[in-house]
Amino acid sequence: MTDPTVIVPVSIAPVSYGPLPVVLFYGFAGLTLVSAAAVALSANIVRAAAALLFALIGIAGLYLLLHADFLAAVQLVVYVGGTLILMIFGIMLTSREAQGPDSGPSRAARRREIFWAGLAAFALGAPLVTAMLLAPWKTAAFAATTQPTVEDLGRSLLDKNQFLLPFELLSLLLLAVMIGAAYLAKSRRPLPH
Amino acid sequence: MTLTITHFLVLSALLLVAGLLTMVLKRNAIGMLMGVELILNAAALNLTAFNAFAPAASGGGSGPRLEGQIFTLFIIVIAAAEAAIALAIFLNFYNNFTSIDVERGTTLKG
Repeated sequence: MTDPTVIVPVSIAPVSYGPLPVVLFYGFAGLTLVSAAAVALSANIVRAAAALLFALIGIAGLYLLLHADFLAAVQLVVYVGGTLILMIFGIMLTSREAQGPDSGPSRAARRREIFWAGLAAFALGAPLVTAMLLAPWKTAAFAATTQPTVEDLGRSLLDKNQFLLPFELLSLLLLAVMIGAAYLAKSRRPLPH
Repeated sequence: MTLTITHFLVLSALLLVAGLLTMVLKRNAIGMLMGVELILNAAALNLTAFNAFAPAASGGGSGPRLEGQIFTLFIIVIAAAEAAIALAIFLNFYNNFTSIDVERGTTLKG
């Protein structure tokens, strides 16, 4: 069965990029983790949003590293360009009161909170990371080269034997969300006539 | 030295912890939503990493296997939907309490 639209990959001699993928990984991972920590620890909500921007961009870079070119684009367009902007609008609409350091709990209480939260995070994170480091995954080797994924993703999303049903259900969900969000956010104040 | 799936799994475990820390530490409801987004991103990164390191498909489709990436796409869409609904709820919360400090929402507290 030959499909003329399928691009047969020409045999490319295996290219070795040396330590480049690892270096890129540590770069993007560092960006992501530092930004995520800044999101968690920043007391100012606008700064947290800015840090979240860099965390999401770092994850888009990791998607590129994992040969998920379309996902990296979607991450930037939907997450950075959509969800994060929505959050920033939410911050702007709801931050009438000053978010200065004097609002909220005292410094000592805040430090105590960070200590206990850090302890809980360590209690969760340490076993999780240990398990990840020890787990013997049966994986394929990391491929240095790849094909674009857009065509295959589109075909599987619209194939009724694969992901057509969840894809269509998702569009229904988005419709319901659109109506629900518009209804919920509607001002309850009586209209002036 | 090459990339292994362990690199990505450890990273996403740490990202999950950071998201949880965000949810616990923030008093601002939108800040808590940011923690949820970090956790969802950790899960999505896991799925994509498993996709990239999965052994080749045994039968089935003709192309490379992309199930993990499709699940990640679904996560991104559902996260966007969740953020939209959550923000609508927070706007209502703000209209009722003139603040989105989650500690103020004590109407149902016994």
